Amino acid sequence: MPKPFKPQIVTANDLLMGDVIYLTADGSWSRDHADALVAQTQDEADELLAQAAAQQLKVVGPYLAEAQIGTDGRPGPVHFREAFRTRGPSNYFHGKQAAGVEA
Amino acid sequence: MYQYTDFDRDFVNARVEEFRGQVVRRLDGSLTEDEFKPLRLMNGLYLQLHAYMLRVAIPYGTLNSRQMHQLAYIAETWDKGYGHFTTRQNIQYNWPKLADVPEMLQALADVGMHAIQTSGNTIRNVTADHFAGAAADEIEDPRPTAELIRQWSTDHPEFQFLPRKFKIAVTGSPNDRAVTKAHDIGLRMVRNEAGEPGYEVIVGGGLGRTPMVGKVIRDFVPKAELLPYLEAIMQVYNLHGRRDNKYKARIKILVHEESLETMRERVDAVFARIKGDFEVPTEILTRIEGSFTAPAYKIAEIAPVVEPALQSFIDTNVAEHKNPDYGIVTISLKGIGETPGDATARQMRVMADLAERYSHDELRISHEQNVVLPHVHRGDLPAVFAALREAGLATANIGLVSDIIACPGMDYCALATARSIPVAQQISETFADLDAQRDIGPLKIKISGCINACGHHHVGHIGILGLDRAGVENYQITLGGDGTETATIGSRTGPGFAYDEIVPAVKRLIEAYLDLRESEEETFLQAYRRLGLDPFKSALYEQEKAHAA
Repeated sequence: MPKPFKPQIVTANDLLMGDVIYLTADGSWSRDHADALVAQTQDEADELLAQAAAQQLKVVGPYLAEAQIGTDGRPGPVHFREAFRTRGPSNYFHGKQAAGVEA
Repeated sequence: MYQYTDFDRDFVNARVEEFRGQVVRRLDGSLTEDEFKPLRLMNGLYLQLHAYMLRVAIPYGTLNSRQMHQLAYIAETWDKGYGHFTTRQNIQYNWPKLADVPEMLQALADVGMHAIQTSGNTIRNVTADHFAGAAADEIEDPRPTAELIRQWSTDHPEFQFLPRKFKIAVTGSPNDRAVTKAHDIGLRMVRNEAGEPGYEVIVGGGLGRTPMVGKVIRDFVPKAELLPYLEAIMQVYNLHGRRDNKYKARIKILVHEESLETMRERVDAVFARIKGDFEVPTEILTRIEGSFTAPAYKIAEIAPVVEPALQSFIDTNVAEHKNPDYGIVTISLKGIGETPGDATARQMRVMADLAERYSHDELRISHEQNVVLPHVHRGDLPAVFAALREAGLATANIGLVSDIIACPGMDYCALATARSIPVAQQISETFADLDAQRDIGPLKIKISGCINACGHHHVGHIGILGLDRAGVENYQITLGGDGTETATIGSRTGPGFAYDEIVPAVKRLIEAYLDLRESEEETFLQAYRRLGLDPFKSALYEQEKAHAA
């Protein structure tokens, strides 16, 4: 029996800067996980990933990551790896936490 | 120190220009990421968790003050003001922007450095004993051999696409400070019955998901025959190494699956065929060896040490030099609560200036993620200590519980499955008191954030492996590992510990050791070898059971 689909977002790294970005509803990219467009079906997820993969001049290594909808209705990370990617390293105040992006 | 020839300079500069063009073509869309990725990796440029990462080679861990100053300049100009020194004697910059990397590579080339072969399925940066050329116990300086191997392996056309990456380490001392038995090839200088120096050749060591201690394939290879013998090993590995499964593509698997005897027969057959073709011209060997002559040691007064803090620093961080008036100073990059292996640009400059003034312009990077001033006159130790203390670099903890190896882990690395750095920071904070650390005695804790074992956890007296268990960080402990000439792979104790449980678990282990040791002279490793796993396992898990009950 196939596993039930869990909501997913598309994330990647910015080609020029290397930092973590998320595909949004208008097809652009945001540094903020909460701006990510959430796929609710596997077909939607596959379509978003294909859309991201076509943007070779903007992004590197797009992939699907599981997301959960918070009380504010916006997506947040599920796995701790994705949570770390929303803020930066734990030993220095670098990365998104220093850039003021909300986790 | 070895100085680049015109050939070296031209080669490295040409690679910088080549990569500059490749970056332009990636950014204008002429190259896809699939096309560009192998090209950037050939120049040490990775894409990690939060940013790109540039890995710079420091061949056999040796550099001069000008090069260290340039590393500081690069850190400030194109990164976030610091660099991370690794167990492969490299430095990694964690935040470069793609468009800046050619300029970073040019800045490196300007001082005879590069990032070539710091990635890919090729012969990686050759590592060596960080006390090379200075150690009191040394048979001969291994660096001319390491440099010869660097020149032979760099851009070697046959070995750019090996089954997997390939790591070579060299030591010239019987006391192994280069972890030679955990490398694809380890070279240990020995003397034959006639007293001539040569190398014992060890193959098939390695850590990662299948940790193995290397095996001696030849007891003695004369120095003059080393290069053709290495060529023979590489040819055999390149031909017979598995390519069907990347996890089984290392030479250790080939040796294990096909036996050391089969490997030896094949290597000997190739060696017999090719050795006449690999004679290195005498002038090349003479030039290389001439680059590593001992510095002009000075003769000066040595005042008695009266300051207790300096004496503690000397006792812990200064090793015996072949010249008794000199000492080898290890600068700890493991200050309490700090990130193992990290140095700020300011600290790099302080170390560079100290090397220039007090260490005959030489520095070393150790595989234990520290920096070494190899030739310091004992009369200069007070001045060196004072300058280090001023820069926050005088932590007297070398070889002690807080001198921890930790890979970047999931704070930076795209391969990692859990964090290493905060675990190391918390352990060092738990044992912050240096007197207490000295009471515990020599103890090597090594932490890896994934099964690839960059933190060498398998050869830690206490090894910690971070894993992902159902979406939660979990840490396994191994005990009894040893990375020296008596190399041993540590034994796993049992189930892993959660992130907030791992540091208390390590504390229980160390408290158990303090209770169990026969005397203050018995080290953790000696106690473990005498007692075995069980009493330590009890200390780890009995309290877990009690806590759960």
